[in-house]
Amino acid sequence: MLHDLSMRIDPGSTALLGPSGSGKSTILRLLNRLADPDEGVVRMHGEDVRAIDVLALRRRAMLVPQLPAPLPGTVAENVQYGPSLIEREVEVAPLLERAGLDGSYAEREAAQLSVGEQQRVMLARALALEPEVLLLDEPTSALDESARDEIERTLGDLRERISIVLVTHDRAQAERLTTRTVRIDAGAVAA
Amino acid sequence: MTGTDISLWQVAGTLVLVAIAIAASRWRHADVEEDLAIAVVRSFVQLTAVGYVIKAIFDSDSLWLVVALLAFMVVFGAWTARGRARAVPRAFVPLLVALATAAAATLAIVLALGVFEPKPRFMVPVGGMVIGNAMTAAAVALNRLADEIHDKANLIEATLALGATAREATLRLVARSLRSGLIPLIDQTKTTGMVFFPGTMVGALLGGASPLNAVRLQLILLWTLMGAAALSALIATTLAQGRFFTPAHQLVEPPPP
Repeated sequence: MLHDLSMRIDPGSTALLGPSGSGKSTILRLLNRLADPDEGVVRMHGEDVRAIDVLALRRRAMLVPQLPAPLPGTVAENVQYGPSLIEREVEVAPLLERAGLDGSYAEREAAQLSVGEQQRVMLARALALEPEVLLLDEPTSALDESARDEIERTLGDLRERISIVLVTHDRAQAERLTTRTVRIDAGAVAA
Repeated sequence: MTGTDISLWQVAGTLVLVAIAIAASRWRHADVEEDLAIAVVRSFVQLTAVGYVIKAIFDSDSLWLVVALLAFMVVFGAWTARGRARAVPRAFVPLLVALATAAAATLAIVLALGVFEPKPRFMVPVGGMVIGNAMTAAAVALNRLADEIHDKANLIEATLALGATAREATLRLVARSLRSGLIPLIDQTKTTGMVFFPGTMVGALLGGASPLNAVRLQLILLWTLMGAAALSALIATTLAQGRFFTPAHQLVEPPPP
């Protein structure tokens, strides 16, 4: 799907902009090694990602999926899941607040929430691992306009403190949320 | 009909029931007439052949021949189960290990406890039942595992993205698959004697055993089969789980974009 692709993503906020099927999401999957390239190298701070422990890499470069994928259980259990894998405990309420949800959501069943609320739980769940960079795969594509605006406001606050790589096909969204845009077309960086 | 002498005419008589099945299929256009006929012919040929093989093994009284027959059943069972769990990558070895371990462990335990004597006339039928049930449980569990992993690929990837290992990301799915593999046998064991009479008990009663002895024999077998099926499904799912992932905890078949 990708070919002759060479790009550098600096700290800060970067959009990968392009039409559906252009390979944007595949780039995100290469960054956290949910997939590996057939050829070529992906580096993080100059180090081949294949030389980094893959589980640690995924905690540093944290993917938020396009469609919310809550684990069975409460919102709090979802937020605590990642840290629990490395025997770390986190305070749920402040993380929910950073993701734009109030602390009273903690004991609600994650699967019972609206898609917009679930997407915020995905953000809180990702932030719980204190990643260096958030990889956001069309995070508002399943949301209505008002939910999209709310998530965008949250992301606008987050990008001040954490690097983000945002995959989107929406040029206006790329301009609102990021300071750099890389256009992807047919599996390569477009001129 | 006496307890143990059954003529070919008596066997042929039950073909009337097969004819009813074929007629029902034709009447309602179920289109299984040919399958029914093939099933009847195959069961006749296979069981007759096995009958002669078992007779020869009983006559020889050789435990080595028993081991050889059971080994053949394990390999054939793993091959058959692999056909049913086609969506599981490289399923044959996990199934082979599951069936072999379940058969060896359960037979060793019943022999060690003195439940059966180490004689071909006990080892062959008990081993056959153990392997058959272990095969079914493992095949059902693996089939379910493949379906679960395919259907939940997005959730699995989202879990992997949180730094979970492949094993951690599929814990719940493996538990559900294991349950699927065991539920038929658990239900059968729960309803035994109420909804149906198991074959061994019927066979023992027809063979002239006292009802209490027939029941005890059946209980031994049912409980042995539960252990064998659980062991087999557990080993098969545990070994097969990793086959859906690369060493870097990536799904071999990622969800469609």
